[in-house]
Amino acid sequence: MGRVKTIARRSFLIGSAAIAGGVVFGTYLYKREGTNPLLADLRAGETAITPYVKIDAQGITLITPRADVGQGAWSMQAHLIVEELDIDPATATLSSGPASAIYYNGVVGVEAMPIAATSDTLLARTGRGAADVMGKLMGLHITGGSTTVPDLYDRLRMAGAVARETLIRAAMQQTGLPRDQLKTENGFVVLPDGLKIEYLDLAVLAADIEPIQDVTLREPSQWRYLTKPQKRTDVIAKSTGTQTYGIDMVMDGMVHATTRTNPALGGGLAGFDAEDARKMRGVQAVLQITGGIAVVADNTWRAFQAAQAVTCDWGPSPYIGNTSDQFAAVAASFSEDDQDSQFKDDGDVLAALEGAELVEAEYRIPYLAHAPLEPMSVVVKMTNARLDIWTGTQIPRFVQANMAKLTGMDADNIHVHVLMSGGSFGRRLEDDYIAQAVEIAMQLPDTPIKMVWQREEDFTHDFPRPLAIARAKGAVRDGAVDTFDLAIAAPSVAESSLARLGQPAIGPDVAIVAGAWDQPFDIPNYRVTGYRTPAMVPVSSWRSVGASGNGFMHESFMDEMCHAAGVDPLAERLRLCWHEPSRKVLEAVGEMSDWGSELGANRGRGLAFTLAFGVPVAEVIEVTNTEDGIRIDKVFVAAEVGRVLDPVNFEAQVQGGVIFGLGHAMNCELTYEDGVAQQDNFHVYEGMRLYQTPEITVRGLENGDKLRGIGEPGVPPAAPALANAIFAATGKRIRELPLSKSVDFV
Amino acid sequence: MKLTVNGETHEVDVEDDMPLLWVLRDELGITGTKYGCGIAQCGACTVHMDGIAVRSCQLAAGDVTGEITTIEGLGTPTALHAVQEAWIDLQVAQCGYCQAGQIMQAASFLDLNPDPTHAQIDAAMSGNLCRCGSYPRIRDAVKSASSKLKRA
Repeated sequence: MGRVKTIARRSFLIGSAAIAGGVVFGTYLYKREGTNPLLADLRAGETAITPYVKIDAQGITLITPRADVGQGAWSMQAHLIVEELDIDPATATLSSGPASAIYYNGVVGVEAMPIAATSDTLLARTGRGAADVMGKLMGLHITGGSTTVPDLYDRLRMAGAVARETLIRAAMQQTGLPRDQLKTENGFVVLPDGLKIEYLDLAVLAADIEPIQDVTLREPSQWRYLTKPQKRTDVIAKSTGTQTYGIDMVMDGMVHATTRTNPALGGGLAGFDAEDARKMRGVQAVLQITGGIAVVADNTWRAFQAAQAVTCDWGPSPYIGNTSDQFAAVAASFSEDDQDSQFKDDGDVLAALEGAELVEAEYRIPYLAHAPLEPMSVVVKMTNARLDIWTGTQIPRFVQANMAKLTGMDADNIHVHVLMSGGSFGRRLEDDYIAQAVEIAMQLPDTPIKMVWQREEDFTHDFPRPLAIARAKGAVRDGAVDTFDLAIAAPSVAESSLARLGQPAIGPDVAIVAGAWDQPFDIPNYRVTGYRTPAMVPVSSWRSVGASGNGFMHESFMDEMCHAAGVDPLAERLRLCWHEPSRKVLEAVGEMSDWGSELGANRGRGLAFTLAFGVPVAEVIEVTNTEDGIRIDKVFVAAEVGRVLDPVNFEAQVQGGVIFGLGHAMNCELTYEDGVAQQDNFHVYEGMRLYQTPEITVRGLENGDKLRGIGEPGVPPAAPALANAIFAATGKRIRELPLSKSVDFV
Repeated sequence: MKLTVNGETHEVDVEDDMPLLWVLRDELGITGTKYGCGIAQCGACTVHMDGIAVRSCQLAAGDVTGEITTIEGLGTPTALHAVQEAWIDLQVAQCGYCQAGQIMQAASFLDLNPDPTHAQIDAAMSGNLCRCGSYPRIRDAVKSASSKLKRA
């Protein structure tokens, strides 16, 4: 434990000599992976050749340990395995597998470090190695940060290859034939005479063979699935109502529950009166839980009705309760005491600004809710011996650890079964809803309990994307952007969310400046400073995290600076951009959108570029200023991910990211009064709807040297591209989100 | 009371004001129909009553006057409805949680208006929320299903 702690801590302090001298984990070493957790639960006749492939006489199960929250992670993981295993993915069963350290994420930690994705210095490489060590030693079984593909691209293909070669070895034993006379084809080992042995028939033999580690991965030219349009493994179930989400689990003897906790966040429960509720039809129990009450009934709706009938005496929220005061606290944190980081400081900003004609701007972004369409829900069953949890979650091992603390049970007796999630956008990096259900189960042992939140409970108990303010100063020189000084103040997501996971957050919070400090521009005087607002209401990661708002700040100001300099925003970015893959993205979007062509009256075009999660993304948006308001006509997106593994899902994720970014930028904010979120359902938190959805054209580029994930990077440039387009069409510069506070939309 | 769901008649003992959604999900165990908002803002709970799309979170059990069809009754993995075929061909679903409602809305809409314009599609489908942003493919899938149905 001491060692784990030391390394975890050091990994945040990148300069540490101990790490620099010791550990570089650039290559994935399969043999050092540890114990296969599937071996513990094998039934007779089952074989688990690797932690990712399980075979018995009935079929093949692929373990896809990264959560699917809609981004298609299960399908992609399955395709990575079968590309080497050589089976038809439609014939396999997919399972999330158990919560296990072996399914650690070796990439996600990098996002917490001040390492630019474009950097290839020794320090950067060392930091990335440290993230892998940290992920492995801490057993970070976690989904997030658009890491599934970059983290598992080699590991899962390797797992498929190891399984295939081990099955071939079993066939060699059975037939006496040498390796070079055997091939595989779609779930069979093929003998020279054309006879075939099904993998399933080799399972028992393979169980006694030490997995073959010496394998060679196929060349991309031999791929059958990767880089080709794939059929998502869940598409039929999701089109026929047969996909089981966490909210859909049904068990014998199951009861239905809901909870109501203090809407004034953190205020606690002083007392409650449940007399009326207890008399209502179907109500089996009204229980006290941390911060509120739970109702257990024979039907979810009856539980909802009864929960509303309980009179609760809520305490006041300990946090700064009103959004105007929350913004005031953010504004007050632009101080030396609250300075958190200054990862970018090129040239001499102060000297350059001295005496120059200043361009100044202040930008504001609001709190935002995640609001996945499946409200927080979970099924739990607790007995003396074990606790079982079925839910959509991105953090199964943290759930295990936190519920062990809550119940006093041994973590090994806590079984987390990860189901398909009806969306997340980061919400399922929290386990508050699971803890509530477990609190109910502790009072009602031996009974399966399905707990579902009312939508209002979901909105008012979110851990939102934090609000933020940016103050920008700049100067132009000889018709060019010369000085760019951006200061961003916000509460820290790392400080807030890591504390709930029982982890330290040491050093600066990169999220406060992510998507701003690390942009690939050679501006002569260029500084980005982060200020940490002291904690207010608890906050967390929201699709694209810090970059979700910082893209708006950085790219709105970049647009303002280009206009001040009298230069074309695309040409100037290209002039300033030193990173070749990013330049290609900018060039591509210029070509796609026919940038510079005449649009006509009342129309405008806006450009934004953000490099986040290692993915440079450029977006151009065309709008028309109509009599009924702004209409978004078209969006063009170019994104660089190294290699597009599935063009169909790639397009879906980019389009979804753009719509997520636009919908919230246009219409959404979460505001508080007395610590209570004022937006409690979708009628006051609309996002985007179909009639507002523009045509979105997507191009994936493959010029980078690393594979990247695409679940999040489409989000950050959407808001600034829209604001910049509105400026182009109307002359009105909007510096505060949501934009609907300043303009109407059609 | 008696309810006919997907061609099968069920006797259920529920309050008149229990929304159909919860009768389907918790009394009958038909879970393809989803709870999203409870106030007719998201459309995830859309089912058909006598072929017409209704929001089951707002339809009280006592007000059910016709035959109910849910996503499970529209088509099955081995016998797909044309709208489901289009949804699968175009790979519309991301998280998929809203899609049962989207498909039920589209099926009812195309039944009433087999050859819709772009604007009519937008108007008919805008009551169904998708948080993942699958709208471009929803639009294309409704068009594609319209052509399929015309050919059939």
